[in-house]
Amino acid sequence: MSEITPSQTVGPFFAYGLAPHSRCDWKPSDIYDWKETAGANLVTPDISGTKIRIEGAVLDGDGMPINDAMIEIWQADAQGRYAHPADGRARPNTKFMGFGRSATDKNGVYSFDTVKPGSVSGPNGKAQAPHIVFCIFSRGMLRQIYTRLYFSDEASNANDPILTLVPADRRGTLVAHKEMRGDMPVYRFDIRVQGENETVFFDI
Amino acid sequence: MTLIFPKESLAVFPKHLSPDYRSTVKRSPSKPLIIVPHTLSELTGPVYGHNAVQEGDADLTKQHKGEPLGERIIVHGHVLDEDKRPVPDTLVEIWQANACGRYVHNVDQHPTPLDPNFTGAGRTITDKKGYYRFITVKPGAYPWGNHHNAWRPNHIHFSVFGHSFLSRLVTQMYFPGDPLFPFDPIFNSVTDEKSRQRMISTFDLENTIPDWALCFRFDIVLRGREATPQDTDKH
Repeated sequence: MSEITPSQTVGPFFAYGLAPHSRCDWKPSDIYDWKETAGANLVTPDISGTKIRIEGAVLDGDGMPINDAMIEIWQADAQGRYAHPADGRARPNTKFMGFGRSATDKNGVYSFDTVKPGSVSGPNGKAQAPHIVFCIFSRGMLRQIYTRLYFSDEASNANDPILTLVPADRRGTLVAHKEMRGDMPVYRFDIRVQGENETVFFDI
Repeated sequence: MTLIFPKESLAVFPKHLSPDYRSTVKRSPSKPLIIVPHTLSELTGPVYGHNAVQEGDADLTKQHKGEPLGERIIVHGHVLDEDKRPVPDTLVEIWQANACGRYVHNVDQHPTPLDPNFTGAGRTITDKKGYYRFITVKPGAYPWGNHHNAWRPNHIHFSVFGHSFLSRLVTQMYFPGDPLFPFDPIFNSVTDEKSRQRMISTFDLENTIPDWALCFRFDIVLRGREATPQDTDKH
């Protein structure tokens, strides 16, 4: 049997350490200067690409908001490049990390400000449609669950090598729907952890 | 170095649904997870520079005007991959209750005092040998509402990144010999005995600092191994 260290739940009290300036209301006082290692705004001054906002609620098996979840996202930049040594291509957006973290608020809502990622390479050299990897932690989750966000305005979703492995009647749970809020495209992506219309999670 | 992340290694993890821990009942996926290959999107992951971590972030006893109450301890160890190679330059974050078993989070209403000199959050980046070290106070046990007379064993929460988004780990470090182990559904959600033991730190007399602080060692092994199996895996 593997000797990796087992996962345990993030519990209800992570916010003051991991996401101190996020949406959740954890503070016993306003005096707290713990800097964030990663927050919900991924946009950097040198960024190129389309700025977008991602918003959604995290819901439990009764459809009730999960107000103590932590959502982490990992994405490529607008050119489809990851800020990681395994992606050896030169990156024009040198300060863009592609990693974000948001805790949910009392309504179970998280949000991110970022740029729309480009297409990235996939298995057997086949391109993947633009997407963002989501990793969800919460009280009541003994281990993280992974999903992906795809964009409603991408025709390439139809040929995405991962999305096409998902039963057709469940693919819609992975597609975030676009609306315009002024000039800002906002993609709505609710995460239903359990039950009817349960979001597709990946065994990876 | 090309790493692979065999799913078999996850067999030691708790099941999503572990009903003895009641909150899992409505917060676990009920449909089968979809098996997909690992792509560049999973095999990459956030890489932290040192800018996010400041000098002193790893010493939880020095974040306020005075020293926190409680038993001062050193918690240290190595972050390793499945081949037991060090994972250097990776972010390790911790958070914990104070010595009384109280978190600063406003949802925690356990009737024991907050400590004005203790927040309970720390972080550091592993060095070239995968080594990390924190100074803190030993967290207290505390009650929770899972079942009648439920108490969590003393623990420190850990969050670690590693080489890819697949090696991401959130776990809890426990202390040796805790009498609450048999009664804790979170600890026991890991059903394999040897795997449970890997969540328990060891008392480290050698690195205890005389007249100052006890020391506990907690090594963390993340997903990820070289593609070529080692000989030791063949038997």
